[in-house]
Amino acid sequence: MARMTMIEAVRSAMDVSMGRDDHVVVFGEDVGYFGGVFRCTQGLQAKYGKTRCFDTPINESGILGTAIGMAAYGLKPCIEIQFADYMYPAYDQITQEAARIRYRSNGDFTCPIVVRMPTGGGIFGGQTHSQSPEALFTHVCGLKVIVPSNPYDAKGLLIAAIEDPDPVMFLEPKRLYNGPFDGHHEKPVTPWSKHDLGEVPDGHYTIPIGKAEVRRQGEAVTVVAYGTMVHVALAAAEETGIDAEVIDLRSLLPLDLDTIVQSVKKTGRCVVVHEATLTSGFGGEVVSLVQEHCFYNLEAPIVRVTGWDTPYPHAQEWDYFPGPARVGRALKEVMEG
Amino acid sequence: MAPRKTASVSSRKTAAKPVKKDFNGGTFADFSKDEDLNAYREMLLIRRFEEKAGQLYGMGFIGGFCHLYIGQEAVVVGMQMALKEGDQVITGYRDHGHMLACGMSARGVMAELTGRRGGLSKGKGGSMHMFSKEKHFYGGHGIVGAQVSLGTGLAFANRYRGNDNVSLTYFGDGAANQGQVYESFNMAALWKLPVIYIIENNRYAMGTSVSRASAQTDFSQRGASFNIPGYQVDGMDVRAVKAAADEAVEHCRTGKGPIILEMLTYRYRGHSMSDPAKYRSKDEVQKMRSEHDPIEQVRARLLERKWASEDELKQIDKDVRDVVADSADFAQSDPEPDASELYTDILI
Ligand SMILES: Cc1ncc(C[n+]2csc(CCOP(=O)(O)OP(=O)(O)O)c2C)c(N)n1
Ligand SMILES: [Mg+2]
Repeated sequence: MARMTMIEAVRSAMDVSMGRDDHVVVFGEDVGYFGGVFRCTQGLQAKYGKTRCFDTPINESGILGTAIGMAAYGLKPCIEIQFADYMYPAYDQITQEAARIRYRSNGDFTCPIVVRMPTGGGIFGGQTHSQSPEALFTHVCGLKVIVPSNPYDAKGLLIAAIEDPDPVMFLEPKRLYNGPFDGHHEKPVTPWSKHDLGEVPDGHYTIPIGKAEVRRQGEAVTVVAYGTMVHVALAAAEETGIDAEVIDLRSLLPLDLDTIVQSVKKTGRCVVVHEATLTSGFGGEVVSLVQEHCFYNLEAPIVRVTGWDTPYPHAQEWDYFPGPARVGRALKEVMEG
Repeated sequence: MAPRKTASVSSRKTAAKPVKKDFNGGTFADFSKDEDLNAYREMLLIRRFEEKAGQLYGMGFIGGFCHLYIGQEAVVVGMQMALKEGDQVITGYRDHGHMLACGMSARGVMAELTGRRGGLSKGKGGSMHMFSKEKHFYGGHGIVGAQVSLGTGLAFANRYRGNDNVSLTYFGDGAANQGQVYESFNMAALWKLPVIYIIENNRYAMGTSVSRASAQTDFSQRGASFNIPGYQVDGMDVRAVKAAADEAVEHCRTGKGPIILEMLTYRYRGHSMSDPAKYRSKDEVQKMRSEHDPIEQVRARLLERKWASEDELKQIDKDVRDVVADSADFAQSDPEPDASELYTDILI
């Protein structure tokens, strides 16, 4: 066991995977020589050489398309899109090719790629460096979508994603890279070394894709969250004293509906939280499913706490970010409802 | 004054085969006293502004991304000297210099960096996202390469409206590898659009040097298969830039279609504010600073020709510093935007 940040955990996952399977290749903008803007691939080129860990030009569409071709012929590309906000030029390749090649070729060709991308806000990135585009992936059949909330999960899930035979979108909440973040931006950053989930095995292990994890047992209300918002939800539960059960989805597609339904049947109340904008966000899907499966158990309308339906502003980061105060208000609201 | 050869910057190779050989003749005229003084002041304003922005960042007044233009000042200043009212400018995220050169207020830019309501985007855009209809500045774009197509569209609009304005579309050596650049080149050539593609080749895209990312490192030739003429220009010499700009603008205004100017330039600072800079040596940076600095070149000329005394240059520096200091004061004292601003300017 070692203490790792999320950056180190992600790096370790790629290192372990590259060591075990020489079909695994890692590439992207500034990924090789520079080691990635968040340093996630640091040292991999030195260790595995330039044919297995390399830089690409700035052309996301080309990066994705090339990866898909490589994967169709048996390689396992694990690529980095420097920020999730830069994936849009590649979105065509992701949705029309990566997600469809298995279906279209009747299973002759598959697309075992992983697209890693830092996601979310909280770092003053503004409009083009803070977006949370997960719902644009969950809306596409043929993709798997993962958002880890801590180093231990990040490593186990990333190895599982690399070993998975299908395309996986792996969104790394960048605000969690160096430490858990509960939304209290004015407080000093706690490092992962002080957190249980910063304890990460050095070697190989996987976490099954499609399994949620209950981060806090509770009886009063179910909070469904993922990524950074898991930590915010935990803080909100502590601060309001409401006995919330906090579920960390980890994987949005496939979704662990059983864990959610079981919890809501117990609590009778549900709050869904994400950083992404509200309208047509992934929370809408969760709310529908809970409604379908738990309607007769619900004691109050389900409430969503999300980013506002606005671009991510530069100046008003903390007005935008759904912090613990907003989540806390929602908890109270469903308790009164 | 005798025409000069377009100098190559440092050890870089100059253009192999320009598509159109007689362009500029590889030579350019000297500046008049007024031109030199004007260029000096304009470049110094950008330099001092950027130095101040760097300081404010270090002090925590600016957060997030902040890409400084220091070292590249001659490019925008020289280009701007060739423009007339109504010509459009569009660029990427390393945009403070472009805005100042367009005449946008230092206060407005600085206050945007600090995220205040007096900023050009009311504090909601930040360093990479600012605009000015009045100054025909179309942004400020954080997504690498996106502006190239938009700039092409601006040129289309000029043609459609039947004016003779020109779209100045700036992008970097790294951005030059985005697919939409070539989609744009094709359309611009096909429709003979009045657009100058200015590729600011500062040798690096973040930590990736040109040679590690580009199969064709002579960016002036990137339009060759579309028959777009292209030229390499010493982007550290404001006179060379201005001369190239004059000819390129003329080319566009007279309906000859797009043209590419590759500016050989250099950024002194890191890519953004946290850049370990392991991808280049300190010597390389130092050599550029001491041998090719765009501002020093003009300064030396002004003194040598006795067009300005040391004291007069000091006075210019002081005037510039006053403008910058005022912008910094404003950017620290102006309030943040009201929360109600969150929802403005999304849709009507
Ligand atoms: C679509 C997209 N991909 C990647 C990035 C990240 N990025 C920002 S600047 C940059 C380097 C661009 O270099 P260059 O075009 O040479 O401009 P310079 O920074 O040198 O001015 C990269 C990769 C981005 N902003 N947008
Ligand atoms: Mg560059």
